Amino acid sequence: MPKRCLLFLLALLPASAFADIQEFKLPNGLKVIVQEDHRSPVVVSQIWYKTGSIDEFNGTTGVAHVLEHMMFKGTKKVPAGQFSRLIAAAGGRENAFTGNDYTAYFQQLEKSKLPLAFRLEADRMANLQLSTGEFAKEIRVVMEERRSRTEDNPQAQVGEQFNTAAYQVHPYGRPVIGWMNDLEHMKVDDARAWYHRWYAPNNATLVVVGDVDPQQVLKLAKQYFGPIKPQLLPLRKPQSEPEQKGERRVTVKAPAKLPYLLMGYHVPALKDPDHDWEPFALEILAGVLDGNASARLNQNLVRRDQIAIDVSDSYDLIQRDRQSMFVVDGTPSEGRTVSDLEYALLDEIERIKEDGVTEQELQRVKAQVIAADVYQRDSMFYQAMQIGRLETTGLPWKFLKDYPARLQTVTPEQVQAVARKYLTGDNLTVAVLDPQPIDENKPKHKEVTHGHN
Amino acid sequence: MAIINRVFATACFLLFSAGSVHAGLPIQHWQTASGSEVYFVENHALPILDISVGFAAGSSHDSRDKAGLASLTQHMLMQGAAGMSDEEISRRLADIGAKLGGDVDPDRAGLSLRTLSSPRESTQALELLGKILQHPDFPEAVLEREKTRIISGLREAATQPESIADKAFNAALYGGHPYGVVEASEPETVAALKRNDLVDFYHAYYHADGAVIALIGDVSREGAAQIAESLSGGLPNGGKPVNMLPPVPFPEAGKEVRIPHPASQSHILLGYPGIKRGDADYFPLYVGNYILGGGGFVSRLTEEVREKRGLVYSVYSYFMPLAELGPFQIGLQTKREQADQSLKLVREVLEKFITGGPTEQELTAAKQNIIGGFPLRIDSNGKILEYLAVIGFYHLPLTYLDDFNGKVAKVTTAQIKDAFARRIKPDNMVTVVVGGESDK
Repeated sequence: MPKRCLLFLLALLPASAFADIQEFKLPNGLKVIVQEDHRSPVVVSQIWYKTGSIDEFNGTTGVAHVLEHMMFKGTKKVPAGQFSRLIAAAGGRENAFTGNDYTAYFQQLEKSKLPLAFRLEADRMANLQLSTGEFAKEIRVVMEERRSRTEDNPQAQVGEQFNTAAYQVHPYGRPVIGWMNDLEHMKVDDARAWYHRWYAPNNATLVVVGDVDPQQVLKLAKQYFGPIKPQLLPLRKPQSEPEQKGERRVTVKAPAKLPYLLMGYHVPALKDPDHDWEPFALEILAGVLDGNASARLNQNLVRRDQIAIDVSDSYDLIQRDRQSMFVVDGTPSEGRTVSDLEYALLDEIERIKEDGVTEQELQRVKAQVIAADVYQRDSMFYQAMQIGRLETTGLPWKFLKDYPARLQTVTPEQVQAVARKYLTGDNLTVAVLDPQPIDENKPKHKEVTHGHN
Repeated sequence: MAIINRVFATACFLLFSAGSVHAGLPIQHWQTASGSEVYFVENHALPILDISVGFAAGSSHDSRDKAGLASLTQHMLMQGAAGMSDEEISRRLADIGAKLGGDVDPDRAGLSLRTLSSPRESTQALELLGKILQHPDFPEAVLEREKTRIISGLREAATQPESIADKAFNAALYGGHPYGVVEASEPETVAALKRNDLVDFYHAYYHADGAVIALIGDVSREGAAQIAESLSGGLPNGGKPVNMLPPVPFPEAGKEVRIPHPASQSHILLGYPGIKRGDADYFPLYVGNYILGGGGFVSRLTEEVREKRGLVYSVYSYFMPLAELGPFQIGLQTKREQADQSLKLVREVLEKFITGGPTEQELTAAKQNIIGGFPLRIDSNGKILEYLAVIGFYHLPLTYLDDFNGKVAKVTTAQIKDAFARRIKPDNMVTVVVGGESDK
């Protein structure tokens, strides 16, 4: 989650035209990837650390994101608040975001200002000062952020409970922003330990997209990041969710008018880009169900049968721990229940398992893939995101080049096969919002007094 | 919403920028035979064509008992046209990978299309757009279905603190003015809308004359002219809709609306009628607002409320310029127990800014950011398209973008102080607090 104002990060869309990407590695382990885009005299610089909530432990959930906030709280040379002021004075925009798999920081600038971004980013990679006073204020900001995102957002509460039910062991089950109790008891030392454990050049990828010369970028990267010493990174042990052996259900009660249903199945993410086919078939399956307004879920459940006022699905094949969820969610129409909607969604899934998908549907999804591959080139920021995300999850950026072609090879039989294999009752988790009338006199959540300040 | 979104994100700082564009961005402008205004930027860097068609058909044209009509009409354009069903329209768009969207705001409504510029795709996409704009069917059954969906959404929104606050704010700020109808949709007003209402609204406002067609991308000037002619030619013709908006009245006394809600945070909005497009005070207020609460992490509000005290995740201020005075708004969310403390602080920051104005140092920093960041505002076709539409709709001069940085550079601290003092009256502001435990 973003420290501040943020953008919605979309699931990976296809990309092509990556002829102009160059990759370097500094002796200290920092990877530098540069994509030239000369359409405008601007540049985006993003630094991606391979650390996210997936690396956290119980009791200090949310620390990856808290540290992201603290990264703006000053070094010896650049005191608290100055990072943002310097970037602003250069006409720039900057922010950061944290996910399960990564933490990333970015600046968007007129192209001549790139050295400033590197200087500031390199400085805080090595010299962050974590003061007790700044921490005490910032942890309160993060708790406000959690209230906004989750506590007062009924559907987000359902999402959070869904994750804990679907992942009983794997850290993907924990919220990126952390549990409120952990935030309430977090200490500056927790953030400090996190910083020292993960913030090093050999755990980072610098991605630059824009009107730049790759050799110049490399030179600047060497100048600013080169002197930072690499460090020994903790051994990352593989974590995996034990096989689910039966349906799971959770209910969330919260003040709302409409109920909400969220269903998901454990499915594989991409492991071997050259040989895997299942993740691509799952992507196409997601597109056949919900890739456009005429896709099955919207056409059949919203338009034709009017069981739902909204339905959607999602699947993300890029995951550091190579496991993902195929998720379907929706809001039943008034007069229909979540059970009605659940049956209808399961029915759509059954039809694919029994009858497969048509060649025409497949072609339609593939046409979208080709167009999206072109459209995304209108955003330098988005292109940088894709590169950073792949590299940080341990997949080569070159995969972007192959992705549209790999999707084109998926057959109707493969789509049917993954539906049959993974979208099964024993592999299903269902989370439901049970809307409660608003009782204005009673706060939803009892507030706890914090010991921080 | 995204359940397993690996990243959480919100847009907290709405920088309602002026339409501003690159010095030297070559905008071509002409009129079609039927009176539509065309704004075109030729750009062959990507094989993409973006186009938007905008009308003076925004939600301020609704009457109070038919609130929601402008939005529903715009939405229903895409749900059946020239004999094609909603399914057929979306299938055809999907087959060529085209994206159709659109917006409704208090002044404007319209559609936008992104397509590949290759002949097969662009021809089909533009043909669809033409049919949708020129021959909407407003099919009865689909209308009933969409009304039901919208009504459900309104009932849900009525339980959520952010929507409750927005609605109450707009009503308190604008009262009986047409801008007060903008957030006035209720399940009853939408339920009452009939097909004829949509047909009438369409014929009253979706006119060729005065429509703004913005285009950017991989097409020649001749190609753009043909596209614009064929889109414009088949639109209803009834003359240029006249702006009938009365001036926005200023509140004569402060008003505070408190709405109970059990949420853990209070949602707080403060506001006052702000500025118009083309307003003489536009630049002092725009630059001043950057310093007050528009400049993300370096604004006074963020510094005082978030950075120094940790009271909020998000606090902002903005001016939204419209045909008449759009809102000036300050917004924040904070846990309910500290709502009053935060509100008091925000008022102090605002009053100090109005009475004291910005420092020279703050003004310099603001100019550095606004002027230095100019290239970022127009670094994609998508962004430029929106600027073209705004320039066209509000009749801003074609040199407006070229002049933008120069006008920002000329703003002085005295002008900012003077403009805020004349334009924003803290004692008469509207305040909305949803949730919280304070005295009523």
